[in-house]
Amino acid sequence: MSGDVAMRELGKQMPVPEFETTAFTTLTKPLSESTVAIVTSSALHRQGEQGFSPTDTGFKQIDRADRDLVLGHWSPNFDRSGFQLDLNVVYPIDRLEELSANGVIGEVASTHFAFAGNQPDTVSEIRLDTGPACAQQLLAAGVDVVVLTPV
Amino acid sequence: MSTLAHVFEAAGLATIVLSSNLSVVERMNPPRVLHCEFPLGRPLGKPGDAEFQRDVLMRAFGLLDATEPVLETHPDTIESDETPMSCALPPRYDPNLPAAVDEAQGLRAAYDRAVAARGSTSVGRVLTADEIPGALGVLHQWAEGASWTETPLPGKNTIAVAHDIRTYYEEAGLELVDGPPPEGRAAEAWFHEQTEGGKTLMAARAALKEQEAPFPMWFYMAPGHR
Repeated sequence: MSGDVAMRELGKQMPVPEFETTAFTTLTKPLSESTVAIVTSSALHRQGEQGFSPTDTGFKQIDRADRDLVLGHWSPNFDRSGFQLDLNVVYPIDRLEELSANGVIGEVASTHFAFAGNQPDTVSEIRLDTGPACAQQLLAAGVDVVVLTPV
Repeated sequence: MSTLAHVFEAAGLATIVLSSNLSVVERMNPPRVLHCEFPLGRPLGKPGDAEFQRDVLMRAFGLLDATEPVLETHPDTIESDETPMSCALPPRYDPNLPAAVDEAQGLRAAYDRAVAARGSTSVGRVLTADEIPGALGVLHQWAEGASWTETPLPGKNTIAVAHDIRTYYEEAGLELVDGPPPEGRAAEAWFHEQTEGGKTLMAARAALKEQEAPFPMWFYMAPGHR
């Protein structure tokens, strides 16, 4: 069994947090006038910055201009060479810049954020603490749309 | 990702999840999902292919027109390829050294080129590039029967050390690859199956299991299916 098949099979067995309802925010302005941010669970951080610990429930800020990024996720169960070849395959910041320049989206957010994908099973901290805190920072930065990328 | 989508939407942000695991998003019901059956680790599908990446993003942005929760699947499937990438390895230089130590030293120039080209490296959780050969030397000793409790490993944390060694090799290997850039997991397969460093890491992992070291200490040194 290949690594990806094995991980996707494992995903079927994993208990996941339950959400009784799905919150839904409708975009109230055109995409071409909206500010877009990326939030990734790949544990990206800047070179030289303290990385994520194996049980880290926090998040790190990535500035729009940052490209010297490190892939800090603790799982050995995914391909890393794609990121090494082109960070946009995980964190499509250059694609957002192009879409903004072409008028497809309004602005690229000034700040983006990374979490670590390996979280406690309950994800209570993200649900109740660090997730809402990150949302407030995104709103404060004028973000309308968030693209969420895993690894 | 799905939890963050729920939290962010409740705060007033519109979100789109690029999913890599369909069974998870189907059970967690985040508001907008573009499921992408691409290699794990490559959520935008194809490194170096801006057009394909833009297509993924445009399909994702298209979900913003939905008036209720929506899950769509990208029409393309990209399979990982665990055929080891074709990559030159340095010739044996010092027969007095364990093969993995000799090999890691021989890859240093390629690793340095990779760092210079990218301006960053993901090596450095607990080891610098200078410390990689020494760590492999200890893993070699473990594989040969030395007790892990009596033969300390530079960097101490076996999982972090394994990450640093694999990353060092993969970053160097991508400078030496013969042919087009590797598909998903081809670099992983090359490291674990074809390099002395990878073989030594796997042998040390097996030795730790044999010595009844704690399960997480050895299991997460390599992908679970290995």
